[in-house]
Order: sequence, then C-alpha cells, then structure tokens
Amino acid sequence: MSGSEGSIVQFDNVGLRYGTDREVLSDISFTLYPGSFYFLTGASGAGKTSLLRLLYLAQRPSRGMIRMFGSDVITLPRNGLPAFRRRIGTVFQDFRLVPHLSAFDNVALPLRVSQVPASEIRKPVADMLDWVGLGNRADARPATLSGGEQQRVAIARAVIARPEILVADEPTGNVDQEMGLKLLRLFEALNRLGTTVVVATHDVQLLKKVPDSLIMRLDKGRLSDPTGALRYPPRRPQRVEGVNG
Amino acid sequence: MALAHVIRRNQPRFGGERTGMLQQARLGGPMPWVIAIMIALTVMAAAAGLALSNLARNASAEIAGGITVQVIEAAPAERSRQAEVALSLLNNRDDIAEVRRVPDAELEGLIEPWLGEAAGTADDAIPIPALIDARLRGPVTERRIEALRAELIASVPSAKVDSQAGWLAPVFHAISSLQWLAIGLVVLLAATSAAAVWLAARSALGSNRDTIEIVHLLGGTDAQIARIFQRSIAVDALVGGIVGLLLGLVAILLLGRQFTALGSGMVAGGGLGLADWAAIGAIPLAGVLIAGLTARITVLAALRRML
Repeated sequence: MSGSEGSIVQFDNVGLRYGTDREVLSDISFTLYPGSFYFLTGASGAGKTSLLRLLYLAQRPSRGMIRMFGSDVITLPRNGLPAFRRRIGTVFQDFRLVPHLSAFDNVALPLRVSQVPASEIRKPVADMLDWVGLGNRADARPATLSGGEQQRVAIARAVIARPEILVADEPTGNVDQEMGLKLLRLFEALNRLGTTVVVATHDVQLLKKVPDSLIMRLDKGRLSDPTGALRYPPRRPQRVEGVNG
Repeated sequence: MALAHVIRRNQPRFGGERTGMLQQARLGGPMPWVIAIMIALTVMAAAAGLALSNLARNASAEIAGGITVQVIEAAPAERSRQAEVALSLLNNRDDIAEVRRVPDAELEGLIEPWLGEAAGTADDAIPIPALIDARLRGPVTERRIEALRAELIASVPSAKVDSQAGWLAPVFHAISSLQWLAIGLVVLLAATSAAAVWLAARSALGSNRDTIEIVHLLGGTDAQIARIFQRSIAVDALVGGIVGLLLGLVAILLLGRQFTALGSGMVAGGGLGLADWAAIGAIPLAGVLIAGLTARITVLAALRRML
C-alpha cells in the first residue's frame, strides 16, 4: 500500500469471519492518520462492532493485513499485544466495567495495568471523574450507577491514559443530549491533543457536530464512502486513502 | 493497591485486595482446607517414612556383624560344657570383636511369657538351647559363617550358627516396603494437591473470565494476571499448610506416644531426629511452592488460549 507513510492504522483487504460462517467483514481497506476524527456508521449488524474489535485488538482478522503504529499486528506474537493495547483507549458498547470495583478503581485500571505509581493515580482519576460529573460517585460500584453514569465511567477509563487512538462504540447511546455533547467535546479536545478518534454511531445528528470529522460507512460488512471524504480527504486530517466497496 | 484489586474475590476466591475482605474470607473457601488435609496426610506419611528409615538404620547398625551360636543339647551338663567350649573357641579367634553367653536367667525371662515361670528350671522342663551372642569384625558373609560353623562343629557337635541379619531379613524387607509405600503416598498426595489447585485455578479463571478479558484489552499482560492468581493461591496454601502441619504434628505425637509405650527395643530406634523434624517442617513450604507453581502454569496455559 503506497502513500501510507505516517499512518497510525492501516487495513488492507481485511476479512473477518466467525467460525465457518460467512464473512462479517469483507475487503476492508482504509488508512487512519494521527490526529484525525472518524465516525463509523452503518445499520445494526453492518459490522461496526466487529471492525472496532479489530481496531482495539480483541480479534485477529481471518485474512488481510493490519498495521498499527507502524507494526504488522497480524503476525505480532500475542505477548507483544499488551504494549499496543495500552496505546488504545476503548469505550465498549456494553461498557464492560469491572463489577466489583468502584467507579474510581475502574477509571484507574488502565493506569494500574501500565504500572503507574499509586501516588500518580489519585489526582488524575479524581479530576477525570469530576470532569464527567461523577466526582461524588467515585466509590460507587457499577451496579449502583445508572446506564448513563456507567457510560461516563467507561469513557473516563478509556481516556485516562491519554491513548493515541480512542475507539468508542456508541459512546453517547445512554446519555442525555447535553452529556452526549459534553462527551463529544471531550473527544474533540483529545483529538486536538493528537489522539486519533474513531466513534461508531448510528446517530446522524452526532456526525454534524464535529465538522472536521470523516465518515466511514459500513454496509453489510463492506466499507463504503458516501461523502467521498475517504477518497478526497479534507485538509485536516491530512489524508485518508484506500477505499473499497 | 495493586492490579490484584481487579480480580474478583469470590466463588472461589482469588486475588487479594482489601485486608478486611481477606481476613473475613481467608478460610471461607474450600482451598485452604483441602490443602490442610493434604499437608496433614503428607506430614504423617513423611514422618512414618522417616521413622521407618531411622528404625531400619539403627537396627542394621545394632545387628551388623552379629551372629548367634545355639548349643542344642538336651542334657543340661553336656549343654553347659559344650557352651563353655564354644565360648572359649570364639574368644580365641581374631575375627571376633565381641562375645557373650546369654545368661540362663535372661533366657528364662525371654520364654517366661509363653511357658511360665518354672519352664526353664523344673526337672522336667523343656530343654532350652544355650545361646552365645558374638560380633564378627567386618561384614558377615555366608562363607565366613560356614567356616566358623565347620570349626565349631568339630569341638561342639550340638552347635548351630546363624547370622542375626539373616533372621531379621524379612523384617527389613517389610520395613523397606513400608518406606516405599510412604514415599509413594507423599508423591501421590503432592500430585493430588496439584490437581486440586489446578481445578480451583480453572474454576476461578472461569468465574473471572470477563474481568480477565477487560484487563487484557486494557493492556494487562499474562504475567500480571497469573501473578494475582499465583499469589492468592500461595496465601491459601500457606494458611492450609500451617493448619495441616499442626494437624499432622498432633497425629505424629499421639502415635509416637503409643509406639513408645510398646517398649520394644527395635521400635525405639524409629524416633525422629532434628533433621527429620526440619524436613517435616518444610512440607508446608513445599506445598506452597507446588500450589503457586501449579496455579501459575494453569493460568498461563489458559490465558494463552485467549488473544
């Protein structure tokens, strides 16, 4: 794939099937550049979550090539994956909070996994919880939080370690409009700091709220380019290429 | 607070976090009790094996080079005469280190429990052979026994010469079998303990699967996750090991008192020395090592099947 220098993620003819079923993703090719903001859209069952699972390294594809941070992650031995995963922040659709940990400990988890000293954890986690409006719920277990609160904890956990890529699966699905907008502003702020953001959503209103974003549309497991943005990228981000479908 | 905080502590408990929860739940699960029982049985089997080993060693040393000369003669006067000749012959030999005629009173004492007080002294008493205990210098071989027998027979026609080790050979074979049985039991118990830890670790992995997957996706390594399980299992094994050791020691002491009460010279040689007690004390540590290692291998093997 030519012209992909400086990319942070590169998919080339990627296909994914579970077991012996038909492919849920076919011939996916695209390149993401650092500091860009992408929306991934598509109907239910189009393969958004499967594509995101490949992005946050929860799954290896059945075929094709994926490069992340300049390395081929397909042939990467599994003991090399943790270092890559620490550079990716993920907001799962079902939040995936650890049920027996408090909101504080859930948010602190990526820092602890990265062996950040305990003395350097308390303040940023408390600040982050304040920012998402849960400063007074730091000790609450997920089961005692509302869906929206859980989602905010999940987002705080995804961004606490300042990831290079933020992957969010329907991150505003369970919050009110005001909080949804606030979270989107957080993503934008991170994006301005250089984080590449990929947000999967079916909310078309959301797409309009980030003017510089690019849209990747999945249709029945194939990537399409309805706005032409993937083929003709705007000035910021610099370039997105390699389209199919 | 370390990453251990992440793994849920219940059904069955693994991973450590808040001290209060640890203290409250430490002996709540089955693992420490299973390990306690295994360690108690191992301690008893090891103690038995060591005691038998000491018994065999002491008995061997005691009878090394030992021979017995019996003068089997019905007429008391002739028996006594031949015994004195045999005693004199043995005393004059260079290869005999020690020789002693067993006094008649001692012999009567030996048979008294079976034949009564007057068995050896009454006029119509059953004739009892005269016994001479001797100790040869160097190893007792069949060839040396045969040579000695030939020399004695020439002057003491009623003499019968036997090696003491020969008499006790079946006993030593039995002791050796028991020792192997004890070693086998220790090995089996260690294997069973490892299997119990393996099952517990698998079960804990299953019940913590979601959390482990989250930790993995956040960049947690296999070694980080395995360490949590390993440490927790080791703590359980240590608690169980100490309880098991205490149970085993109580059993050993009670059995020891019973055997001491037997008053048998041979059994008295089966006591435990300082090194034996040290070896028994190390059993819980070996248990902790086996449990920790088994947990680590099990968890790492299971994690390798995840991406």
